[in-house]
Amino acid sequence: MASLNAIVPMLCVAAAGIAAMIAEAFTSPGERMPIAPLGVIGLVGAGLAVAALWGHNASSFGLVAADNFGLFVTGILVVVGLLSIAISGPTIEREGLPRGEYYALMLFAIAGMILMATATDLLVIFLALEVLSIGVYVLTGIRRDSPVSTEAAFKYFLLGAFASAFFLYGIAFTYGLTGSTRLDRIGSVIAAQALTPAPMHWLALGLLLAGFAFKVSAVPFHMWTPDAYEGAPSAVTGFMSTGVKAAAFAAFVRVFLSAFEPLRASWSAALWPIAAATMIVGTVVGVAQTNVKRMLAYSSIAHGGYLLLALISGNDVGKGAVLFYLLTYALTNLGAFGVIVLLEDHDRPNDRVADYAGLWNDHPALAALMTIFLLSLGGFPPMAGFIAKWYVFSAAVKAGYVWLAIIGVLTSVVSVFFYLRIVVMMYMTPGGESISRFPSVPKIAGAALVLSALAIFYLGILPTRFIDLAAASISSIF
Amino acid sequence: MMAFPILTSLVALPIAGALVLLFVPADEHNDGTVRAIALIVSLLVFAETLLLWYHFNAASPDFQFIERHNWIPAFGISYFVGVDGISLLLVVLTGFLTPIALLGSWESVHRKTKAFAMFILLLEAAMIGVFISLDLFLFYVFWDAMLIPMYFLIGIWGYDRRIYAAVKFLLYTMAGSVLMLLAILGLAYLHSTATGSYSFDLLQLYDLSIAPKTQVWFFLAFALAFAIKVPLFPFHTWLPDAHVEAPTAGSVILAGVLLKMGTYGLVRFAFPLFPAAAQLFAPILATLAVVGIIYGALVAMVQPDMKKLVAYSSVSHLGFVVLGISAMNMQGVQGAVYQMLNHGVSTGGLFLIVGMLSDRRHTRLISEYGGLKKVTPHLVAAFLIITLSSIGLPGLNGFVGEFLILLGAFRWNPKMAAFAATGVILSATYMLWMFQRVNYGPVTNEKNAKLVDLRPREWFVIVPIIAMAILMGVLPNLFLKPIEPSVRRMLNQVQQGAASPRIEARR
Repeated sequence: MASLNAIVPMLCVAAAGIAAMIAEAFTSPGERMPIAPLGVIGLVGAGLAVAALWGHNASSFGLVAADNFGLFVTGILVVVGLLSIAISGPTIEREGLPRGEYYALMLFAIAGMILMATATDLLVIFLALEVLSIGVYVLTGIRRDSPVSTEAAFKYFLLGAFASAFFLYGIAFTYGLTGSTRLDRIGSVIAAQALTPAPMHWLALGLLLAGFAFKVSAVPFHMWTPDAYEGAPSAVTGFMSTGVKAAAFAAFVRVFLSAFEPLRASWSAALWPIAAATMIVGTVVGVAQTNVKRMLAYSSIAHGGYLLLALISGNDVGKGAVLFYLLTYALTNLGAFGVIVLLEDHDRPNDRVADYAGLWNDHPALAALMTIFLLSLGGFPPMAGFIAKWYVFSAAVKAGYVWLAIIGVLTSVVSVFFYLRIVVMMYMTPGGESISRFPSVPKIAGAALVLSALAIFYLGILPTRFIDLAAASISSIF
Repeated sequence: MMAFPILTSLVALPIAGALVLLFVPADEHNDGTVRAIALIVSLLVFAETLLLWYHFNAASPDFQFIERHNWIPAFGISYFVGVDGISLLLVVLTGFLTPIALLGSWESVHRKTKAFAMFILLLEAAMIGVFISLDLFLFYVFWDAMLIPMYFLIGIWGYDRRIYAAVKFLLYTMAGSVLMLLAILGLAYLHSTATGSYSFDLLQLYDLSIAPKTQVWFFLAFALAFAIKVPLFPFHTWLPDAHVEAPTAGSVILAGVLLKMGTYGLVRFAFPLFPAAAQLFAPILATLAVVGIIYGALVAMVQPDMKKLVAYSSVSHLGFVVLGISAMNMQGVQGAVYQMLNHGVSTGGLFLIVGMLSDRRHTRLISEYGGLKKVTPHLVAAFLIITLSSIGLPGLNGFVGEFLILLGAFRWNPKMAAFAATGVILSATYMLWMFQRVNYGPVTNEKNAKLVDLRPREWFVIVPIIAMAILMGVLPNLFLKPIEPSVRRMLNQVQQGAASPRIEARR
């Protein structure tokens, strides 16, 4: 059936998730089932489907559209999924996590993310949001015996539930205004109403905005982020910091730049202070952190701010920048969390900044990888992070948001300060205890990190292909 | 014109060398191999820079050895490199100083030799890249990329407060340059409103007409980045820290090449791109430069630490360079470019000498020394020649540059020149006073009595520097000739641009 084409990538991943559950259910205790490869197969299938659907603008039921924009984000999510699975192995092993549930939840969450990135109906977006959120809530608290993990999951769930409610309420108001939940119809109705916006418009916009702002951890809806990031197993943190962000931003861009495009002047005025505050709070509070995961949580908030900057710019450059930035950020941040995962040990998490002292002597390769990821997050050439930031700032300058761009570049200097604290620890501070305090590196995870580092250099030195792809993706829908 | 992409190979060769080193096992036994590979690569680069000079047409003001390839066509970004007389000699200087810096730290770096050599080579590639870029985006990439190896060089192999110095160096420089990035983006955007397409191509942007008001903002953003790099008073506070804490090789390259990027940026980008604003701000820049000349000299005078003294002397000497540029006449700018080269040679030499002394005694305090003339006559002789070259004794390199700058400054603004001239006297005072305290008088400190004179390796380090100082003092025309046409072209650009405000871009 032709009309199912658009959801094939999601179906591949969902099927892998179901297979993972079944495999787990039929495994006798003690027996090891290769569940991770099932996930890899599903994700590779989704990736192939993306390649096959590219440029065809497939649409299913009028609710899901596999346009290039959605497919680009789906591609990012496939990469996120593959890297997350690669770095999850060591965590599962060490923490004794239930393998089947873990992978099944992760795969279902990815399926939700893919749906969210391709949905063209507010209700489907909400559905996808819930699918991905529930998966991630449970994954956050999957270490049931750890009070920190449980607390993090509970906070995340409680605040997330509020945000979902806001979002749903926003959908209700939008429906009341326009009589539809489909983005294209909302767009055309709002375009007609845009000359005389009613208070209802602000209400609908504000509620939707709050829901999205929560998911992309924009200030002041960021409170859950540091706790959830710190409490979740590191591999999960890497997964949700990149996957959730990519999916949420995809939907954010789609809803605000297509359906609510006619009201852009108003919502961009509201987003301006949010973006500025997100960049500033993320970097300034990040400086004070002593835990690497919390530090990266604030860094992730700040990066959300840069993405908001691209969104506010709203021009073609900005839309392309969102896609390129999400791809770069996924590779870089998952890489950094991968290193964190590999440094964790049975009895100690090794996640304070001070724990990284002397890493260069113990694990020169891991130290070099971490440096590449951190410098890329800080936006140094010739790493991908530089091109991504440059892309965002060109969008902002072009759209005339010079002050936001100035805030952006200055906060990125501040962020370099805290990224460098880890580099200083690794390279310039003598190590603490015995050499054997860090475990050895598993091959798959190590290879995944090396591949991400190479990809970061590739995107930083020869970005043309992906910049063109991103530009081609946005022209398909807006 | 040669078909061989010589400029690209100048950047690629050090990177290739660093990649080769990556695959040498990190082992104490391999240190010799590592040093040899790094030295050979850097010597090859130097030979190639000389070849570049040999094939360079000194009579032409144009950019030569041009290579241009599309890089990010959607934004009009290209890989566009080329050299004119100004950048040619700075590239040669980079090629000249890198092997010397490597050789100069041959024995003082024993830890992690491989990483050290890799960072030096990567730094060399980035530095050459900065000087040859004719695309503003490419320029910024090299400009920023250069910070990382330097940061590691200071932070890993430096002295006690190295971490503080390394972080301060990086954040200071970066804070200045990010605003320049926005200005570069703004320029490309203006180009697209004027012509319909983005461009980061320097030659195209030279022709862009920018409203004087916009020019002011852009100029300030560029000038801030460059003023921090130079460093111009009052943005100089990172410099003494970075210099004092950096290992000898780091100090040599920092003083010899990195600081020149600031002044080079003024000559290449800030002035010709924004002539009206440059005209407006030249007196302010010159005033800051003169304040820096005198302030740097006075602070240098009271330093108990030799390295810090040389560091502050850099603030003073680079003040001269900025003064010459601000004068915006032939003598001034030509002298400024010449002084950039001089300062690289003589201050590089001073840091090497200080490094040799501190390798022997593990202290850089002037009061710890005294009477070295009797103990290490050869070392002191070299010290003397370099000191005199730094002061500007006629017959040595420093004289030519300072003389031209003061001449140019006098024609532009006699008062400025008069104040700046006191800097010449002050520099003689602090340098000779230090020299006297370190080398003359009785040997007061027991530990100095048995110091070793120049070792064979150190001869190889210091003789090229001295030879260069003499060559540049005796045959200045050899160097001034290729500079002249390029400086003339740049002055024409600025004067025409400032005199007839070009048609305003639609904004």
